[in-house]
Amino acid sequence: MRLLAYLRSLASKFFHRSQVENDMDEELHSHIQHRADDLQRAGLGRAAAERRARIEFGGQQRFKEECREALGGNFLETLMQDLRFSLRVLRKSPGFTVVAVLTLALAIGANAVVFGILNAVILRPLNVPRAESLYGIERTSAWGTYQSYPDYLDLRDQNRSFEGLAAYNIAGAGLDTGDNPVRVSLYEVSGNYFDVLGLKPNLGRFFHGSDEHGPNSAPYIVLTYGYWHTHFQDDRSVEGRVVRLNQHPFTIFGVAPPEFHGTLLFFTPDFFVPIVNREQVEGASDLNARGIRWVFQVMGHLRPGVTPLQAAADLNSIGSALEKIYPKDDAKMTFSLARPSLPGNFIGRPVRAFVTGLMLLAGLILLAACANLGTLFAARAADRSREVALRLALGASRNRILRTLFTEAVLISLMGGAVGLDGSILLLRWLSVWQPIPRFPIQVPVYPDAHVYAVALALALVSGILFGIVPVRQVLKTNPYQVVKAGSTVMAGRRLTVRDLLLVVQIAICALLVTSSMVAVRGLVRSVHANFGFEPRNAMLVETNLSMAGYRGDAVPAMQKRMADAVRAIPGVNSAGLVDNPPLVEGWNAANVFTDETADLRPANAAATAVKYSVSPDYFQAAGTALLVGRTFSPHDDQTAQRVAVVSREFARKIFGSVTSSLGRYYKVLGGARIQVVGIVEEGKYTTNLAEDPQPAMFLPILQSPSSETWLVVRSGLDPQQLAGAVRSTLRGVDAAIPVYTETWIEGMDGALFTSRVATASLGLMGVMGAMLAMTGIFGMAANSVSKRRRELGIRMALGAQRNEVLQASLGRAFKLLALGSTAGLLLGILASRVLASIVYQATPRDPLVLTGVVLAMLLLGLLATWIPAQRALSLDPLTLLREE
Amino acid sequence: MNGQAQILPGTLDLLILKAVSLGPLHGYGALLRIGQISEQALVIEQGALYPALFRLVRQGLLKATWGTSENNRRAKFYELTALGRKRLREETEGWNRLATAIASALSAQPEET
Repeated sequence: MRLLAYLRSLASKFFHRSQVENDMDEELHSHIQHRADDLQRAGLGRAAAERRARIEFGGQQRFKEECREALGGNFLETLMQDLRFSLRVLRKSPGFTVVAVLTLALAIGANAVVFGILNAVILRPLNVPRAESLYGIERTSAWGTYQSYPDYLDLRDQNRSFEGLAAYNIAGAGLDTGDNPVRVSLYEVSGNYFDVLGLKPNLGRFFHGSDEHGPNSAPYIVLTYGYWHTHFQDDRSVEGRVVRLNQHPFTIFGVAPPEFHGTLLFFTPDFFVPIVNREQVEGASDLNARGIRWVFQVMGHLRPGVTPLQAAADLNSIGSALEKIYPKDDAKMTFSLARPSLPGNFIGRPVRAFVTGLMLLAGLILLAACANLGTLFAARAADRSREVALRLALGASRNRILRTLFTEAVLISLMGGAVGLDGSILLLRWLSVWQPIPRFPIQVPVYPDAHVYAVALALALVSGILFGIVPVRQVLKTNPYQVVKAGSTVMAGRRLTVRDLLLVVQIAICALLVTSSMVAVRGLVRSVHANFGFEPRNAMLVETNLSMAGYRGDAVPAMQKRMADAVRAIPGVNSAGLVDNPPLVEGWNAANVFTDETADLRPANAAATAVKYSVSPDYFQAAGTALLVGRTFSPHDDQTAQRVAVVSREFARKIFGSVTSSLGRYYKVLGGARIQVVGIVEEGKYTTNLAEDPQPAMFLPILQSPSSETWLVVRSGLDPQQLAGAVRSTLRGVDAAIPVYTETWIEGMDGALFTSRVATASLGLMGVMGAMLAMTGIFGMAANSVSKRRRELGIRMALGAQRNEVLQASLGRAFKLLALGSTAGLLLGILASRVLASIVYQATPRDPLVLTGVVLAMLLLGLLATWIPAQRALSLDPLTLLREE
Repeated sequence: MNGQAQILPGTLDLLILKAVSLGPLHGYGALLRIGQISEQALVIEQGALYPALFRLVRQGLLKATWGTSENNRRAKFYELTALGRKRLREETEGWNRLATAIASALSAQPEET
């Protein structure tokens, strides 16, 4: 009954607001009229009576407000009022609003992005049923997650802690579905893999443990949904189709469910094949080698009630038994459990540390942004002290005024949060489809989900409240009587406040980031024109992996020669050579080398570790690597001839002491073979880091150190796309079963430039954040100082101060802090460039362009940040000011 | 204290209920009635009456209808609901108990302790 009455009152207030208001007005009016009637009867004139009645009644507005409160439903109504009021106020100062919203958008956006990554990488489990009980097994020794296959079988069969143990390994192969063979990435998985994970096929069926009957007994394929979708166009008839994997027939069994992307977070395979068919996939027959650890990960669901610690103890007891039986192969068999999505301390731990660090950084940025906006807000509150005092004097409660201020703050933070979240969703989507290395299915699946939205909303609310709190004390202290009488008087602060210090630190960090990113950008620009020891322009790389086409042994070099000859015959091709692993593309091989005099070839006695290439005689010409002295290879440097090498200058210097004396001399490699140096080539960049120091490198004739996985380097002035097409069709003519992958050498180097590009981009992003913080900081400080010194400035102007004097008085301090912070930041930046130099090619701050750039950037930033306060200081009208305050 | 008393906090509602229980009243009328029945001893700030009236309506103790006053003006008349009558009874009893208790406490003589 009472509740009903309350609800009715609430509803009538909400829906018939104006009628309620009219009622209230009329009732109060009626009261005053009745009172006036009485007073008139007592002898007053009508006008005097009404006036008297109104005075006796007291503050109408105040009582109306109390009546509204008494009517209930007040929260919503006040909120609407506050919102309307805040919107009006914010519209009146667009500069402030835009700055505040953008600041928060950047800060909250950064947090949302980082949280999105954190969520995807660390918090979200794998997309499989009961992911919470799924654990991977790691060896606690240096081997990480790798196990040998016999060890895996023993662990699988002897443990009592897991429902089942599955294993998988990552591999590449050539898939031939009838035309145009392609390179694919796949998981070699144990037969029980899908059963252990508890997955149901989307189409067809999975293979099972019962399908395995020894090596190469299970030529079956289960496609991932994505690969089925993109390469088989959702064709439901693939079930049962026979395709050729490295030219061996394999039967497609089925398709995995769409939400399953494999069990390694960053690496989605194209399909799955049984691990027992490893020899057909990778040409390796190490299923029985207990000492060779190649199984990437072993994992399974814990049985109900078993803790990870108990499981580890169980595994350790199996391990110690294995140690005793196979002391040579299985030393130190101790295990621990970890989440399988980012396995191992060697991937998982650094990624987690990195992401957690990023999250902390983002949090700090948001905090600093809140502090700055708080200062800005306090400046606004000071400007509005008269308004606040008037409202207090007219009977508004302090609570009500604080509520208005908070509404304003939260409104701004919500707008900022919305903009920031929008931006971060775009960025996260982009990141999710981004493939840093196009040849491999490496992806960062960080699609935003409800958690990300919730966190962004929470952060927006919290930050709104955080910076809304700053002016609270100011409002609570306001004495309406004093303010209305004497104007707002603010005591001059201490000479250097904590706020000032915070600002200087922010500016310094900003300058540091600006310096570093400029240094990095300059380095990156320079690196494009650097001398790599080869000429990447006008060179096409053609990956041809003959083992994927079923070639073995002596068939390989013959085929390689045919391919190179065929490509060389394409009109417009100047030269074509073979290399097992082109420099600066992906990874490199290295080997220990020994002086000729060394008898004991232990690693400790090595004279150097040299980067090692197997190349055909034409490689040097095709790559554009200049020969300094001696000769390159000829087709006669084969298995029957003396082993020879062409080495880099650094190699010659390191092994033989000088370049000239090294020609014709010998060195040794592991295994004892003596190799004669027949030529010396220019210095080059070999690993994946352009900033590397000169490295010793040796080039060996491919006939003497054969490799079936080679790249053709094709030098030609033809348009790359045209050339790629011609190369493909030519190679198809040679053997249609060879999967061919083409890219320009420049494209291939994306991998090598990856770290420096990412470093530059992230420095740039952080620079933007830093600039944003510094700007809002300076803006807040300048706005505050103008607000607090309005009277003083007014008097100065009245006494004849010029514009620049006014500016100096109001903004001098801000610029002093800016200069101080920028200098500190620039110096720090110069120091930090040494660190940067190990990532980015030729990063040096001693570059007039960088130095001027930093100074200009900081100056521009200061000007932008003080623009609005300066306008306000200049537009002060001394007459109005002195009259009003 | 020129014969007038400040009303105790919380007693305004009781006074209004009492005044209205004697017959429907508009706001100004209720004010006059309270003055009259307390023999002008209790003064209520005119404006303060209305928040109290609105509160009582919200609590379902009073109901309001628009009508015409003795001065031939439009006015909002308040009357007790059943719930209001019950509340008035309870509060009156409570008040009487309290008043008696306080009166007897204050009239205690030294020898009686």
